[in-house]
Amino acid sequence: MAANAYEAVERAARESYGRLLAFLSARSRDIAAAEDALADAFSAALVNWPSSGVPANPEAWLLTAARRKLVDAARRRQVREQSMPALLLAAEEAEARMTSPSGLGDERLKLLFTCAHPAIDAAIRTPLMLQTVLGLDAGRIASAFCVSPAAMARRLTRAKTRIRDAGIPFEPPEADEIAPRLDAVLEAIYAAYGSGWDDVAGGSASLRGLAGEAIYLGRLMTALLPDEPEARGLLALMLHCEARRAARRETGGAYVPLAEQDTTLWSRELAQEAEQQLAKAALADRVGRFQLEAAIQSVHAQRAVTGHTDWEAVALLYEGLVRLAPTIGGLVGRAAAVAEARDAQAGLALLRDLPEASVTTYQPYWALAAHLFARLGRRVEAGHAYERAIGLCDDPAMRTFLIGQAEMIAASKPSNTVH
Amino acid sequence: MQYMLLFYSTPEEFEARDDPEGRKAFRASFVPYMKALQDAGIIVNGAGLQKPGTATSLRLNGDGGHHVQDGPFADTKEQLAGFFIIEVADIDAALKWAARYPGRPGGGVEVRPALPQADREALYKMLAES
Repeated sequence: MAANAYEAVERAARESYGRLLAFLSARSRDIAAAEDALADAFSAALVNWPSSGVPANPEAWLLTAARRKLVDAARRRQVREQSMPALLLAAEEAEARMTSPSGLGDERLKLLFTCAHPAIDAAIRTPLMLQTVLGLDAGRIASAFCVSPAAMARRLTRAKTRIRDAGIPFEPPEADEIAPRLDAVLEAIYAAYGSGWDDVAGGSASLRGLAGEAIYLGRLMTALLPDEPEARGLLALMLHCEARRAARRETGGAYVPLAEQDTTLWSRELAQEAEQQLAKAALADRVGRFQLEAAIQSVHAQRAVTGHTDWEAVALLYEGLVRLAPTIGGLVGRAAAVAEARDAQAGLALLRDLPEASVTTYQPYWALAAHLFARLGRRVEAGHAYERAIGLCDDPAMRTFLIGQAEMIAASKPSNTVH
Repeated sequence: MQYMLLFYSTPEEFEARDDPEGRKAFRASFVPYMKALQDAGIIVNGAGLQKPGTATSLRLNGDGGHHVQDGPFADTKEQLAGFFIIEVADIDAALKWAARYPGRPGGGVEVRPALPQADREALYKMLAES
């Protein structure tokens, strides 16, 4: 019974938290004050629901509790905070709407666009979304991004203060600026997923533990903006990567590169859902970065059916991707694909073209360079590149894999065969 | 900014240093890590330390004397195994390097900012003048 109530609070937290916070802060523009009120309401639920039972309408219960907390706070502080009256009004309006047929509506899209507003530092956009839309605490977000929890909490507070004080509007952007603004939202969601999955031979696969949250936000975007192909592209990309999760590690935890993954361990359901999203996106006939990245993963997914990878297709898609968005990840991914489609020399040539400063500490670059040198039998260069890839690696399973590869090439017979 | 990366190891990890296989595994992961730091040009200083049992600690008494004891200062399972002082832009960059530390589970890294450069320079100046 009690466990049931805790689960109900958790479910309500995931489903309602963002909607309630979006509604309240869209009117008061004070995210922090709305968060405080909702946090109190959720802790009241944790105290009350296990004994009194889960209310028929949990969302309405939470709102009433939040409003009560706001009234108390307003009394205590003599309405010192300018946003308190607006927040109270918003809570009352929300409560009234709960009982009307039109309901509370969903204003999370406004919240998402506000979090990714150009006036907000790009590095804090993803944490801000995770906290406001999903209610994640600063400590968990900090660990996922390898940032100090105190610093993360400070940055989140600063961003919310900025939204309030700069009067950043809680509105979706106008039609003429929707593309760049939407891109910023999608980019921030993708950052929560963690980029760099299997793109590169031995590249870094950062398992950040927020994949579920990112996919939730991705689904939310496609529900809120069903006509945006890039939102579907992003969801398809994440689902394709997620489909391979079980195949990425052996039972003992050892890293398995994409080319050696057992395709029977790939989730067919997730891959199919990804394909459906990609097909729907294609109907809009507006290609974009995320659709291209999803298409690359779609080609890889084909191996489960055909038994081989069409590297020419992957290379071609990367070509399109780096023209659209020449990120270092995309450029290294293209080199990997070209190496597979043509030969290792061609891949290395593309790697050599990259500006040195952008790759010094970019681990996937060194992992790929090492792999290609090894294939060409250039053992000394391979050794150096493996060393750098190992030194920059932040994933123990990947590190162990790379150390194994490096030892293998060091122990192999010197040869000049080029293949 | 200068940050100190303090590497902490479990007793098992210290033990592993004594066995040839363990030492080989340690070198295979730690040498590349050191080289990556070196090639990034950010190392100010650093050292690996001998086992905690080799430490001698002086605890200052209230009466002006001191109590000398064998062993490290803090009686914790994880003990200081080595350190680097690195010069990087900010704490985020320092944590990125800490995340690459190839230690064993149970151990880890403490990242601490050094006193601001102005304070350090004032101290050096005082030393030079005295």
